[in-house]
Amino acid sequence: MGNNPKKVIELEDVVVKFAGDSGDGMQLTGTQFSDASASLGNDLLTFPDYPSEIRAPQGTVAGVSGFQVHIGQKEIQTPGDLADVLIALNPAALKTNMKWVKQGATIIIDIDNFDNKHYKKAEYVEDPLSDGSLSGFTVIKAPITSLSRSTVNSLDMGIDQKTADKTRNQFVMGLLFWLFNRDVTIGEDFINKKFSKKPDLIKVNHAVLHAGYNYAETVEAIATQFHINPAKNKKGRFRQITGNVATAWGLIAGAEKAGLNLFLGSYPITPATEILQELSNRKHLGVKTFQAEDEIAGICTAIGASFGGSLGATSTSGPGLALKTEAAGLAVITELPLVIVNVQRGGPSTGLPTKTEQSDLMQAIHGRHGESPLPVIAASSPGNCFNYAYEACRIAVEHMTPVILLTDGYLANGTELWKIPDFDKIPSINTPLVKDNDPDYQPYRRDPEKLNRFWAVPGQEGLQHRIGGLEKSDIYGQVSHDPYNHQVMSNNRAEKIKRVENYIPEQEIIGNKDGGELLIIGWGGTYGALNSAVKELRNEGYDISLAQFNYIFPLPKNTEEVFAKFKKRLVCELNMGQFAEYLRSQLPQYSYDQFNKIQGLPFFISELKTKFKQILEEK
Amino acid sequence: MTQANTKLTRADFQIDGPVKWCAGCGGYPILAAVQKALPETGVTKENVVFVSGIGCSSRFPYYMETYGFHTLHGRAAAIASGLKAARPDLHVWIATGDGDSMAIGGNHFIHMIRRNIDLNVMIFNNRIYGLTKGQYSPTTPLGSVTKTSPDGTIEKAFEPGELVMGAQGTFFARVIDKEPKGMEEVFIDAALHKGTSVIEVLQNCVIFNDATHENIVGKEVRDDRIILLKHGEKMVFGKDLNKGLVFDGEEIKVVTIGENGVSMDDILVHNQTTKNPNMHYMLARMTYPEHPVAIGVIRAVEQATYDSMLTEQVEHAMENTNIKNVKDLLNSGKTFEIK
Repeated sequence: MGNNPKKVIELEDVVVKFAGDSGDGMQLTGTQFSDASASLGNDLLTFPDYPSEIRAPQGTVAGVSGFQVHIGQKEIQTPGDLADVLIALNPAALKTNMKWVKQGATIIIDIDNFDNKHYKKAEYVEDPLSDGSLSGFTVIKAPITSLSRSTVNSLDMGIDQKTADKTRNQFVMGLLFWLFNRDVTIGEDFINKKFSKKPDLIKVNHAVLHAGYNYAETVEAIATQFHINPAKNKKGRFRQITGNVATAWGLIAGAEKAGLNLFLGSYPITPATEILQELSNRKHLGVKTFQAEDEIAGICTAIGASFGGSLGATSTSGPGLALKTEAAGLAVITELPLVIVNVQRGGPSTGLPTKTEQSDLMQAIHGRHGESPLPVIAASSPGNCFNYAYEACRIAVEHMTPVILLTDGYLANGTELWKIPDFDKIPSINTPLVKDNDPDYQPYRRDPEKLNRFWAVPGQEGLQHRIGGLEKSDIYGQVSHDPYNHQVMSNNRAEKIKRVENYIPEQEIIGNKDGGELLIIGWGGTYGALNSAVKELRNEGYDISLAQFNYIFPLPKNTEEVFAKFKKRLVCELNMGQFAEYLRSQLPQYSYDQFNKIQGLPFFISELKTKFKQILEEK
Repeated sequence: MTQANTKLTRADFQIDGPVKWCAGCGGYPILAAVQKALPETGVTKENVVFVSGIGCSSRFPYYMETYGFHTLHGRAAAIASGLKAARPDLHVWIATGDGDSMAIGGNHFIHMIRRNIDLNVMIFNNRIYGLTKGQYSPTTPLGSVTKTSPDGTIEKAFEPGELVMGAQGTFFARVIDKEPKGMEEVFIDAALHKGTSVIEVLQNCVIFNDATHENIVGKEVRDDRIILLKHGEKMVFGKDLNKGLVFDGEEIKVVTIGENGVSMDDILVHNQTTKNPNMHYMLARMTYPEHPVAIGVIRAVEQATYDSMLTEQVEHAMENTNIKNVKDLLNSGKTFEIK
C-alpha cells in the first residue's frame, strides 16, 4: 500500500466533526462521509451544528458551521460527546470546536488559512499552532486550499478560482478516505451523482479527491490509519433519514393507513420548516400543503381541512405552538382529528432557534384555555419520528381529537441509519366515518368504548349539521349554555382522552424488568444518550435501568407499576424539570430526583454516567 | 357534485329551530336573501358549507340547513381557506362582520383575497361591535362616540372595498340589508364567480348603532346618495336619473345631465370585468357627501383560483411519478442493503 506503510488501528466507533465557514459546505461533506460509511455497513448518527445567521462574516466565530458524524460497528445512538477527528478549515472553526474534541484527537487543519489575517478574524490573541494549546493532539497541517487549487489548475480546464475552492471538500474527503482505510472509489460515486449533469465538475472533483487521498498516503505526519468494521447487529435494508423527513413521511403513512388525504397547513419556522418543505414535494402522493400567512392560519387551514374530511396537520416550533393554542382549543371542542407537530427549540421567545431543548412539555400538556385535554406523544430518535407521526395520526383519527407530537431540534436535524419498515405490517387506522343518510347520526353521539364522536363530512347526503366553538349539547350538538350539560361535555372530553391509555403500548423497562436500585426516567429525544449511558454502566456492573417515555399524556397504564419496582427514580430532561413536575402531579406517591440541562445541547453520555454513578454510590 | 333532481326552494335551507338575532336586526333579511339565492345557483344542501368567525354575524351558520362551522374570532377566512383547498368540490361561504374580518382577522382576510380562493364572503358591516355591546370597530367613522371612544374615535375607518382592491381581489360588491332583491341578485353573482367574492352588506344594528347607514340608505335620501351600478350601463342616479358620474382624468366627479353642456354621452359606463382595478377602486371608495355610495357588483374579474391551481399541481404530480404510495416512498432514493 503506497510508499508509506502505516499502522492500522481497529476502532469500535469514531466521532468525526467537520467545521468551517457556513458557506464552506460542511453539511455536504459530512453527508458524503456518512453516506460512504452507511454503504460500508457502519451504523451511524449525524448531527449538524449551524448558527442562526445564514452567512455571518467569513472567518469569524459567529460564522462557523459544523457537522458531526458518529460511526461504528457497535450500535450508535448519539452523535457522540466529543470528536476523535476534527476537520477545521479555518482558525475560527478550530477555536469554536476545541472544547468539543477528545484529548489526543486528530485535528486536520487547512494550514493555508492559518495566518495573521484569519487569526484576527477569529479573535485569536496568540498563534494557536505555537502557543502550546494543541499539544497532546495529533495535528495534521494540510495545505488544503493550495493543493486543491493546484490540482484543478493542472487540469488546464479553465476553471475559475471560486469553483476550484469549492473542491476543497473533496480534498478533505480524500484525506479521510485514506485515514479510515477506505476505498476511494466510493467517494467517486457520490461525486458522480451530485454532479451528474456537469461532467467538468465530476472530473475536477475526482482529481481533488484523489489528491487528498494521495497526500495523506504520502505525508509523514499521518502515522496511523483507522478501520471500523461493519455493524454487527444491522441487517436488512436501510436508509439515512432525518427526524423531520421521518415525521413528514409518518404523516403520509398515517393518512394512507386511514384512507384519508393529508393536508398540512404550516408557516416556516426553525427547526420545523423541513416538514413543510418535504411535504410540499409530495404532491405526487396526493398530499396538499398550504403555506399560510401565519402560525394561526397554519393550524386553522388544517382544522378546515379536517372538517372537510382530510387528515389535517400543522408543523411548528415553540413560539408557533403558542400562537396555535386558541385554535387547538377549537379542535378539542369540535372533536376533529388534527396532528400538531412541535419541533422543540430553545426558548422562551426566539430563544435559541437552532438549538435543541425539551421545554415545551408543559405548553403541550396544559397550554390552552379552558379544560382542554389532548393526547401528547414524543418521538425518541430521528427514525422513530416516522412511527410516532403515524401514531399521532392513528390516535387523532380513531379518537377524534387533536394530538400534539413533540420532537426537537436534535431529532429533527439528526440523521440515523434507519431500517426501512415493512409497511404491510403497520396496522391500518379505523376512521370513524358515518354512512350517508344515517338516520341515527347526531354530531355528538359517541362510541361507547373510546367515547369518540363520529365524523360526518360535508358532501355526505342527509348528515348536514353545524358544529363550532360554542359548547354543544350532549349527543345532539345544539348550542347549549346549560350548566349541567357543560359538566357532562367536559367530563366526556376528559374521559375520552384518558381512555387513549387503553390503546397504547405499556411502558417498557430497559434493564432490570423486575426492578432494582435506580430507574432513569426520560422522555422523547434524550433516548440515545440515556440508553447509551445506562447500557455502559450496566456493562460495568451497576444496577441501573431506563424507562424512556414516548406516550406522555395519557401515561401508559403500567407507569405506576414500573415506578414501584425501583428504590430511586431520576428524571433526566433538557429543561428545568417539567416532566418531573408532571409526574409529581400524576403519581405523587413517589419521589423523583432530577437531572436537568438547559444549554441548547443534548446530554453527553459522560455527564450522565458521572451523575448516575454519584446517585448509585450515595448511601 | 350531484345536482338536485327537483329544484330546491328557500324552505330547504331553513332550519327547524329559532333564529336568535335581536328583533329588527339586519341579519334577518340577509339570511332570507341567502336562502332564496342558493336554490338559484344549482347547489345541493350537502355540498354547501357556511363558515363563520365570532360576532353577531357569525351565528349565521346555525341558521342554515347546510353544513356549518362556527369557528374562532377572525379565523373564518383561514379555516374556510383550508376547507376549500382540501375540498374544492364544496361551495363554501363565510359570514363575518366588520370586527371579525377587518380587525382581528384582517391578516387572514387580505391573504384569502390575494390567493383568490373560491369562497363567498359576506361582511355584515354595521360599523360597531355588537356582541360585546357597543365598542367602535375598524369601519366606525372617524369621530364617532362609542363606549370605548367617549370623546370620539381618533382613527380613520377602513373601507372594505379598498382592502379588497389593495389585496388584488377579483370580486367586490356592496349591498343594503333592507334591499332583499338587490342582495339576492348579488349573492347569486357572488356564488357563481370563481374566486374570492367579497360582498359588503350595509347592515343595521338596531341596538348599538341604529340607523348607522340611514343617512345614505334612508328612503327619503337614498336616490341622491347611492348609485346602483349595473354592468354595461351608464352610471346615473338621482330621483330623475339626471345625475351621473364622469371621470375628469384625475378623479370621478358628479355632474347633472343637461347642465353645463354635459350630455349622456359624457357619463361613464360601468364595466365590472376590467382587469385594471383603478376605476373599481375609485368606485368602491366613493362616500357621501362628495359622491353617491356605489351599490351592486363593482368588480368581477375572472382569474385562476388557488384551489383550482392546487388541484392541477396535485393531479399533474400524481400522473408523473413512480412513487405511488408510502411503500414506494420508503424504498425510493438511496438505500443501503446491509448483509
